[in-house]
Amino acid sequence: MKQLGIQLLLVLGTLAVAWRLLAGSGQRTQALRRLGLLALAAFAIWSIFFPDVWNGLARRVGIGRGADLILYGLVVAFFGFVVTTFKRFRAMETRYTRLARRIALDEAPSAAEHVKSTATPDTLAGEIPPSPSVKAADAD
Amino acid sequence: MQNEDVWLVVPLYDEAAVIADVVGQARSVFPKIVCVDDGSRDDSADRAEQAGAAVVRHPVNLGQGAALQTGFEFALGDPTMRYVVTYDADGQHQIHDVEVMVERVRQGDVRVVFGSRFLDERTEASALKKLVLRAAVAYTNVTTGTRLTDAHNGLRVLERDVVARLDITQNRMAHASEIVSQIGSMRFDGAKVAYAEEPVHILYTDYSKAKGQSLWNAVNILAELIWR
Repeated sequence: MKQLGIQLLLVLGTLAVAWRLLAGSGQRTQALRRLGLLALAAFAIWSIFFPDVWNGLARRVGIGRGADLILYGLVVAFFGFVVTTFKRFRAMETRYTRLARRIALDEAPSAAEHVKSTATPDTLAGEIPPSPSVKAADAD
Repeated sequence: MQNEDVWLVVPLYDEAAVIADVVGQARSVFPKIVCVDDGSRDDSADRAEQAGAAVVRHPVNLGQGAALQTGFEFALGDPTMRYVVTYDADGQHQIHDVEVMVERVRQGDVRVVFGSRFLDERTEASALKKLVLRAAVAYTNVTTGTRLTDAHNGLRVLERDVVARLDITQNRMAHASEIVSQIGSMRFDGAKVAYAEEPVHILYTDYSKAKGQSLWNAVNILAELIWR
């Protein structure tokens, strides 16, 4: 029964990660993440001077040692890191693809130009007879 | 000449051995072909060009899905284009199947025709491969609200309006499901996109088998679909 604390905590942590996954990356989310990171740093410094704070926390949620609590926290944090990195990587790949595609299409003759350049006299017949008057009509 | 309003879009990656034949055969029926060279390391692109295809060259390798999207955007540049056919470069598709599919879409009651390996018994695949492909199509049907018998077939005929709205972002293998999914959620005047399936015969030659994706790739496709 004592494990209920840590189980609840881990479930909440996982849910938070899942929520981040869905919530996207708005300004508020980014600001919250940075504040959270700041708070974590502050707590880390505090725990350097008072290492026992981890043990106290761990006992309160039903785990034996503070070191275990840190490990569990790291697992959740790492999972979150993997997810955000994956999403960021995907977004970057999409942009990079669009850029490369733009270059590829710009460097190749357009579809219409290709059709004109490979058209045989047979397919051109009736369409663009080589007379000056039609060329003039083509121009507008 | 017939089929002037059809563009074949062929993603091309390291197929120098066969691409000239594939393009040559296809051009006898469909004069407009664009090969999207996806950063091949061999001279696939030059051979395709010599065989009479238009060639768009990706500056770096991006993946088959990205190549298809590039081909779509290229084909949209031809104002006379009415249909796009997606066609594999390795010679496992039959041009006759495409003719049937294009005839089907020209009847006008559907906007999309998918090729299916499972509507008749012509295609010979191993039992395991069939099982994996069927599992994949079941997953796609559940997640996209479509009813297909084969979602991972490279042969498709798409009407211009559908092509204009497609935006494939799955560069790697999951693009087949993404195409189905986007077509499934497309609405024209509030109506779903009408589609049909036609049986196609895939030739698993030694060449295409050696080049083809292994079944392990099914795992990769699934992962790409879940974490998209």
